[in-house]
Amino acid sequence: MPILTLNVNGKAVSREVDPATLLVTFLREDLRLTGTHVGCDTGQCGACTIHVNGVAVKSCSMLAHQAAGASVTTIEGLAAPDGSMHPMQAAFNQCHGLQCGYCTPGMVMSAVDLVKNHKCETEAQIREGLEGNFCRCTGYQNIVKAVQQAAPATKAMA
Amino acid sequence: MNARQGFVGQSVVRREDARFLTGRGQYTDDITLPGQTYGVFVRSPHAHARIKKIDTRAAEKAAGFVGVLTGEHFKAVGGLPCGWLINNPDGTSMKEPRHPVLADGKVRYVGDRVALVVAETQAQAEAAAALVEVDYDVLPSVVDASKAAGAAALVHDDAPCNKCYTWTIGDAPGVDAALAAAAHVTTLSFVNNRLIPNAIEPRAANAQYDVPGDSYTLYVANQNPHVERLLMCAFVLGIPEHKMRVVAPDVGGGFGSKIYLYGEETALVFASKVFKRPIKWTATRSEAFLSDAHGRDHHTTAKLALDKDGRFLALKVDTTANLGAYLSTFASAIPTILYATLLAGQYTTPKIACTVNAMFTNTSPVDAYRGAGRPEATFVVERIVEAAAHELKMDPAELRRRNFIKTFPYATPVGLTYDTGDYNATLSRAIELADVAGYAARKAASAAKGLKRGIGYACYIEACGIAPSAVAGALGARAGLFEAGEVRVHPTGKVTVYTGSHSHGQGHETTFAQVVADRLGIPLEDIDIQHGDTGKILFGMGTYGSRSLAVGGTAIVKALDKVIAKGKKIAAHLMEASDADVVFENGVFKVAGTDKSVPFASVSLTAYVPHNFPHDKLEPGLNENAFYDPSNFTYPAGSYICEVEIDPATGAVRIDRFTACDDFGNVINPMIVEGQVHGGLVQGIGQALLENCVYDDASGQLLSGSYMDYAMPRADDIPHLQVETVKGTPCTHNPLGVKGCGEAGAIGAPAAVMNAVCDALGKQTVPMPATPFNVWKALNA
Repeated sequence: MPILTLNVNGKAVSREVDPATLLVTFLREDLRLTGTHVGCDTGQCGACTIHVNGVAVKSCSMLAHQAAGASVTTIEGLAAPDGSMHPMQAAFNQCHGLQCGYCTPGMVMSAVDLVKNHKCETEAQIREGLEGNFCRCTGYQNIVKAVQQAAPATKAMA
Repeated sequence: MNARQGFVGQSVVRREDARFLTGRGQYTDDITLPGQTYGVFVRSPHAHARIKKIDTRAAEKAAGFVGVLTGEHFKAVGGLPCGWLINNPDGTSMKEPRHPVLADGKVRYVGDRVALVVAETQAQAEAAAALVEVDYDVLPSVVDASKAAGAAALVHDDAPCNKCYTWTIGDAPGVDAALAAAAHVTTLSFVNNRLIPNAIEPRAANAQYDVPGDSYTLYVANQNPHVERLLMCAFVLGIPEHKMRVVAPDVGGGFGSKIYLYGEETALVFASKVFKRPIKWTATRSEAFLSDAHGRDHHTTAKLALDKDGRFLALKVDTTANLGAYLSTFASAIPTILYATLLAGQYTTPKIACTVNAMFTNTSPVDAYRGAGRPEATFVVERIVEAAAHELKMDPAELRRRNFIKTFPYATPVGLTYDTGDYNATLSRAIELADVAGYAARKAASAAKGLKRGIGYACYIEACGIAPSAVAGALGARAGLFEAGEVRVHPTGKVTVYTGSHSHGQGHETTFAQVVADRLGIPLEDIDIQHGDTGKILFGMGTYGSRSLAVGGTAIVKALDKVIAKGKKIAAHLMEASDADVVFENGVFKVAGTDKSVPFASVSLTAYVPHNFPHDKLEPGLNENAFYDPSNFTYPAGSYICEVEIDPATGAVRIDRFTACDDFGNVINPMIVEGQVHGGLVQGIGQALLENCVYDDASGQLLSGSYMDYAMPRADDIPHLQVETVKGTPCTHNPLGVKGCGEAGAIGAPAAVMNAVCDALGKQTVPMPATPFNVWKALNA
């Protein structure tokens, strides 16, 4: 099997990986980074969202080998090395932006990308920016609130 | 209650969040066991067919193949049981055709389980499953409950006309007489659209058989692990209950769909012994669409009789309910006990009668989905009240007020006794919050833009905290509906609480800890809440019907009372006082009227290091459990107001504002309660405007089987919601005074939205969901 070399959450990784393996499967099964979730089979739900080279990607819609040489960040790598939460994680906690937690990793990764790379000054822009991520529990309202709260600190980190 | 700490009533941020926010949650699919194998189900591509032959020879030669099971292997075990017996008016029982673990001779819906293929890897299991050849003889199918009685298809040979049961409640002759004599009768027919629950975590299970212990461990995405264990052991597989441990770890949403005992996990447990390997199965989303228990799907005609002053005289309801191909765990109770008993709503309607015909069809089983019968009842009542107001040219709010129940307790004509409520309070506050006073101006402004604006009310009531076991039993329940809790005080005064209520998003680890902290006067950090494991928790009936705090929380309170009572005796001994003189305040035992005191942790230490201990009166230790069986349901209620703006050119509906005002009795954590309301409202708005489960009439194929076909609410489909919980009327019969809040939004929202749409269009016949096409058709009919 071909060898895949990439950087995941700041660490160099080199593994033999079947060419047909999806990036999400590689992360969950090979690296046991189970924080990234699978919620559908059509690329709609966004539960598997991660960052590839700083940009949000649905990891179910990309082959592992397509990430060769890339820098991948999953939810496990978002907090600071000392374990303190990223402002977006902290805001989700403070604003009750999660309930069952299943969509949460993908939602948080999307939200960080939204704040860093896209326009999200209004509530409408935030809602539009998050429309690729389903949440069945929260009704989205407290997620929007969390994004609004975390936006200044998240931008400042960029 | 502890005045000093006062966690109760505070928006304490959730203690469980950290693991979810950092990717350290442990959902079923995250668990991989030593020697793990993977299971894939071969499913029926046909809605109805006879299985002529299953050929597994090619699959058995596939790489990594471990084993295959078909219906043949399950002939000797039981079928999946239904937990609620409903009788016909003549006293005969509902039809209960066998619900096999894997299809037995026939498949009855697209997605029905035909075979389980097990292999070393997920990919190998999928490849091997694709090699299973099934020869079908396709039969006629029926998917629409309203056509089931006369259909060519017979879903079960032992259920003539595809009928499971006819069920009636209320005084039908009295209602007919009132309708005949009434000054006004409003009639409405509609379909309560079928929904697919769509918890974002698909169903999953991982079953392990331990050879030396002849015992099983099942990890499963489930809302009630003890019920799962009981049903699987006692009714299907015959496994001794003490040889089975069921763990429901972190569960990614349920909404009802993870209450039930499904064939998938049952087959996995059985197969884990046959193949002596742990087997994991996680549904794909496509499988979830096909095989999760669906919700709603009622065809209803209702008639409301009113006198000349708009007072409700009688309500007659005829409903045909779709149960799907088999009876799911609580399916029979949903369109009956949890539906028609709520048809009084918030009103004094003196006579109510309802007939329900429940039909088998070639569709996935239908069972409880967030609200479970109560959204359907609220939709009937609130749509017909609104329609009556339009016909009588009365203000819909005033018509409601005129008929509100104002004195409590109130016994409805459909079997429930509401303990308390103040419906005027929630309606008045909602009207204020929604700025109904400014509505006319907003309507004019919309009209100036060529848009149609409408306003709709829904004043819902629900029965939660299910249920007094004796009442449920008299109504056909085959289970008790109490809850269990255990408070284990450790020697150092730290506390672990074990609850039978499972948390899959509801925040029990925080809310329950707030209750415990206040009662014991100890910090939140000293309390751990455990749930979801039959190996740890003494028993549990689980989480559904907004019952966790009202029933499970009360069980914990009862156990805490026992801890405090025993602690007082220990403290009395330590302080050389009489038991009766000891009081417990702010975490300290005191002798009333003196300065003698002993802190909680000293008492707990004494309980476990009983050197100076009243051994003649007490056993050592400080560990108490309690079972709580409620004396009544709880009755959360509220008023929702929706305002929509519709573009007549496209039929597109935009919710301009949505206001919710709820009375949940006492509230432990307002932030969590508000979050529950948000989530419920969006599921209700989803039903009203977006979501629709559609089967093709001719082929029985599921047409809405993916997120590209089933319109889940997305963030930008939903407006900012205005949500307020009023101070409210505390429940009178549980010590916390709580009623439950998990389903309210999904119960009240569909009627509010559809009333607004109908008001905007000036028509009472818009089908739900009010998609642009449905609205455009209604406008141009």
